[in-house]
Amino acid sequence: MSKEIVRYIATRFGQLLVVVFVAVSVNFIIPRLLPGDPVQTALARLQTSGGAANVDIQAVSAAYRARYGLDAPVWQQYINYWGDLLTLDLGVSFANFPEKVSTMIGNALPWSVTLLAVATLIAFSVGSLLGARLAWPTAGRGIKSLVPFLMVLTSIPFYLLAIILIYFFAVVLKWFPPAGGVDTTRIMRLDWATTYDILEHAFLPCMAIVLGNVGFWALGMRSQMVNVLGEDYITFAEAKGLHPRRIFVWYGMRNALLAQVTALALSLGSVVSGAVLVEVIFNYPGLGSLLYVAIRGQDYFVIQGVVLMLIVSLAVLLFIVDLLYPLLDPRIRR
Amino acid sequence: MAVDMTQKPILVVKDLNVHYDTGKGPAKAVNDVSFSLRPGERLGLIGESGSGKTTMATALMRLTRAPGRIVSGSVELDGQDLLKLSDKDLREVRLRDIALMPQGAMSSLNPVMRLEEQMIDAIVAHVPNLKRPELDARVQQLLKQVGLEPEVARRYPHELSGGMKQRAAMAIATSLSPKVIVADEPTSALDVVVQRQVMQTLGRLQDGLGAAVVLIGHDMGLIAQFADTVGVMYAGKIVEIGPVRQMIEAPKHPYTKLLVESLPGIEVKQALVGIPGLPPPLVNLPTGCSFNPRCPFAFDRCRSETPQLQEVVPSQFAACHLYPDHKELPPLPARATRELHA
Repeated sequence: MSKEIVRYIATRFGQLLVVVFVAVSVNFIIPRLLPGDPVQTALARLQTSGGAANVDIQAVSAAYRARYGLDAPVWQQYINYWGDLLTLDLGVSFANFPEKVSTMIGNALPWSVTLLAVATLIAFSVGSLLGARLAWPTAGRGIKSLVPFLMVLTSIPFYLLAIILIYFFAVVLKWFPPAGGVDTTRIMRLDWATTYDILEHAFLPCMAIVLGNVGFWALGMRSQMVNVLGEDYITFAEAKGLHPRRIFVWYGMRNALLAQVTALALSLGSVVSGAVLVEVIFNYPGLGSLLYVAIRGQDYFVIQGVVLMLIVSLAVLLFIVDLLYPLLDPRIRR
Repeated sequence: MAVDMTQKPILVVKDLNVHYDTGKGPAKAVNDVSFSLRPGERLGLIGESGSGKTTMATALMRLTRAPGRIVSGSVELDGQDLLKLSDKDLREVRLRDIALMPQGAMSSLNPVMRLEEQMIDAIVAHVPNLKRPELDARVQQLLKQVGLEPEVARRYPHELSGGMKQRAAMAIATSLSPKVIVADEPTSALDVVVQRQVMQTLGRLQDGLGAAVVLIGHDMGLIAQFADTVGVMYAGKIVEIGPVRQMIEAPKHPYTKLLVESLPGIEVKQALVGIPGLPPPLVNLPTGCSFNPRCPFAFDRCRSETPQLQEVVPSQFAACHLYPDHKELPPLPARATRELHA
């Protein structure tokens, strides 16, 4: 590793820290911009809706006051907030008192991360390969007829796709379970049956995300690849007598991918928010469902915790993409 | 290197036609072009922008891309018609027998690969069994031949200057000692000093390899210095071809004459002169000789019958109806050239 690469990584890591710092601060400030006492307001609302009838409101309120020192000056609260975060203490849930928010997020996170990572990876690689193939001059009629199909897929929202998939594959054909992350009666163990069960449940949500994204990647890659194939270095590669496969991968795709990775970085936000909806529809036990249930139940600290989690994971993902850049494009190594 | 005129030609181009399909019909960018090249010969092809030079260069290696299309003709390299080869055989012939020195060397190198990678790529495609140390040694030797430092091998194209990139492209083009090098305006993006150095290197390498060169360009001065034979292209046709000295001192085709006249001299300051009118649209060529609307000598026959190349004086051919009735090109009328007011 040369000195400039170390400096590059250090710079990007610094940027990551700044993003996280700002996100945490905004997450702290916004609730405090609201008039009144958020704990009181939230508890009062719960009480009137009767959603927490068998919860000791006074006990909850007292717990929060003690825990967050809400009578202390704002700067003191801010410092306490950071202290809590660094010890992974995100407060407790109203709806499931006294379960800790950090535990709830910890349970949901692996589901979301695995689903989203696998689905995005599949959509990105299949889409990019398909798009590159579409731009290649020898693309046949068969593959070209996919274009309108891909355009339809990109224009259908995730959640509609999810509903269509559930209807056909879970209701009509009964090939896959319609909802959940794992069979409700399953005792989680590290064996084949459990793995199969998880995969079976993950298939449809994964397909919804893949189908919803693959068109975007394919169409983007096609236009990038068309541009790249017009470059002089492609002609020169042909003149060198290289095999078309080598030109396709190392001269064509390799260069077209640069813009694709930029698009990936830019679209991560919408991919994550789209996945939230998919999780809700499939009742998948990930962050998206947790957030949805928390919003419906006005479970204030859970919402705050999940949103913070989403922002931080986005920042981390962008950091990873940033680290990939110089590996892909030597011109960025400054 | 003196060309041995008794040797058999290495490259024979016959009646080559390349068209671009457009909405208004085919644009005839290369129109019935024929020429031949002996081993070690340096042929310069000159023409204005849009006269079909680059189309011709790409067609020689069958690199023509849609909407371009090689319609008919043959390009025989050492007796083998490149236009009839299978894709696999064609790939083998490219670079090994006929190599391209590209027009935009700036953009002809893959921006995400190290130079050595791109050189090795080319060699391995033709000689697959070489080991890495042998390849490295070969890369070093090639770089040295074109006057580049060994450490350049590890660099990416964006870390090279324009002249270095052109030399790198030259190293790739000569890596398998081709029989023919097609150099398509190899120096048009470089300043004159670097231009001269690059051309000298090309000349030295070509002498060493005994390869024939087709040098394509619009710079009459540069081509006159480098080439043995000069061909002048106009609207997709070769209108005159012959030994360089004769072509400059006694051009036979009116277009060549006007081109030579328009060369600015450096000693005597004079008004810049050009050729009145513009090249014709390739989709809609004038009947007869394509040059007739701009030709100061044009007469009725020029407007009806397409002239064929004919030997006006030994080894100098011109496609013009003035011959064989005339022995020499008559002096230009006074207003044939036009002053260009800046």
